[in-house]
Amino acid sequence: MEMNKQLYMKRRITSMLGLAFSMTAMAIGLTVLIWILYVLFANGLSALDGNLFTSDTPAPGTEGGGLRNAIVGSLMIVGLTVLVATPVGILAGIYLTEYGDESKTAELTRFVTDIMLSAPSIVLGLFVYAIAVATVGNFSGYAGSLALALIAVPVIMRTTENMLRLVPGSLREAAFALGAPRWKVSTFITLRAARSGVMTGLLLAVARISGETAPLLFTALNNQFFSTNMGSPMANLPVVIYQFAMSPYDNWVRLAWAGALLITLTVLVLNVLARVFFREKVSS
Amino acid sequence: MSENKTATKNAIEVRNLNFFYGKFQGLRNVTMDIAERKVTAFIGPSGCGKSTLLRTLNRMYSLYPGQRAEGEINLYGQNILEPGQDLNLLRARVGMVFQKPTPFPMTIYDNIAFGVRLYDNLSKSDMDERVEWALTKAALWTEVKDKLGQNGLSLSGGQQQRLCIARSVAVKPSVLLLDEPTSALDPISTGKVEELVHELKADYTIAIVTHNMQQAARCSDYTAYMYLGELVEFGETEQIFFKPNKTATEDYITGRFG
Repeated sequence: MEMNKQLYMKRRITSMLGLAFSMTAMAIGLTVLIWILYVLFANGLSALDGNLFTSDTPAPGTEGGGLRNAIVGSLMIVGLTVLVATPVGILAGIYLTEYGDESKTAELTRFVTDIMLSAPSIVLGLFVYAIAVATVGNFSGYAGSLALALIAVPVIMRTTENMLRLVPGSLREAAFALGAPRWKVSTFITLRAARSGVMTGLLLAVARISGETAPLLFTALNNQFFSTNMGSPMANLPVVIYQFAMSPYDNWVRLAWAGALLITLTVLVLNVLARVFFREKVSS
Repeated sequence: MSENKTATKNAIEVRNLNFFYGKFQGLRNVTMDIAERKVTAFIGPSGCGKSTLLRTLNRMYSLYPGQRAEGEINLYGQNILEPGQDLNLLRARVGMVFQKPTPFPMTIYDNIAFGVRLYDNLSKSDMDERVEWALTKAALWTEVKDKLGQNGLSLSGGQQQRLCIARSVAVKPSVLLLDEPTSALDPISTGKVEELVHELKADYTIAIVTHNMQQAARCSDYTAYMYLGELVEFGETEQIFFKPNKTATEDYITGRFG
């Protein structure tokens, strides 16, 4: 067979160009990520000591201090959010695939969820401020959790829905063929088959909300002291970072960096965990 | 099920069955009897309605809006097409095995126990016994008895399909529907499943859809040849294969043999 040398060369050059462009894009992305991590470590590492976890945020003008109150506050607010958002999100996801499917209600739910997914978090924060802070008269950890839940529920719901859709219909039919009622098929068979994907969605939702600042500014606010009372204002990492990073005190700025590093590491760990979960699914 | 031990009678009587996928009519006026404790095979080219007919017998189609059946399907005298049927109970009585193996994402033991737990509250030892019984029936026990705690997905394709048969048998249905159960299996696994069908008919009424002529000839007592949603010919397998009354049947059967 006669080979068209000119055409072949042209294809090779196009291929090399394509490769070069995509490598450049990858390099830019990676550089930015490494840069961010470098800056975080360079600034945050110095404040990352034992005090960080044992002392509370310092008053203006005082030395030292840590982030104990903010770490505990963040854990409690995010923890409560997960407790509330997980069942709601997963059940709603089950409804969308197993019950509603193409009904008008399901279509509407999907539409509203998509809007919620892209709604700016500051809007959600303002909304919760209006319904759960202004009416009650004080900022609270509960209001913070509520605001974060509004962000987390749509994420969990849509990933659950998408993961359940990947479960082959034949598996559902097989369970129905044994005489299993729909709720049993949904929970014991379909959800089970999709569990690693659902778990991944859950972890990504936690990663997403653990750094959200705007909704907490209007709801949980901040607290200089250690508090586990979710009915009152609560310290939390994002808001502390926001306030401390722009302050004139050196120790505050250092703590802000340490907090930022802490959040980033948490998100990193959650993402790695999510990948491990997902890999398990693929291998089985 | 002891009351059924009398002379050969019909487990299912299909009368003037019409089936619709929305506006498309999938079955036209099908009337046939499915004899108790016999194997009835449905053959015919793709799209002829044989799987559709099978899926009316446990009302699988009811899962999908827009699909409906008209006529009568009498399961031991009870018309299952009448409104107000408990479909879950019906499906517990009329089991089904599918083309592709569909093990549940759980252990081999739980794959069997899942269906049993739906309608029976057995003690641990009774359940163990039932699981062993079902796996033995499906000729799988010796292969899996040491790894009941393993995930059902870890088995080979042929083993998975026998697991699915065991799962259906475990709930002790009176009728077993097999929808091309061997089309995804290699010849050795196919042979095992066919042997199994032969043994199971001692206790169960079996209806099997197959694309494989030899399989229908080998393991069925009655054969129904379907074409374009109609039942062309139905009779004893020997008669259908050796002395078909209709030329259409003969053409299809001989055409396949080549």
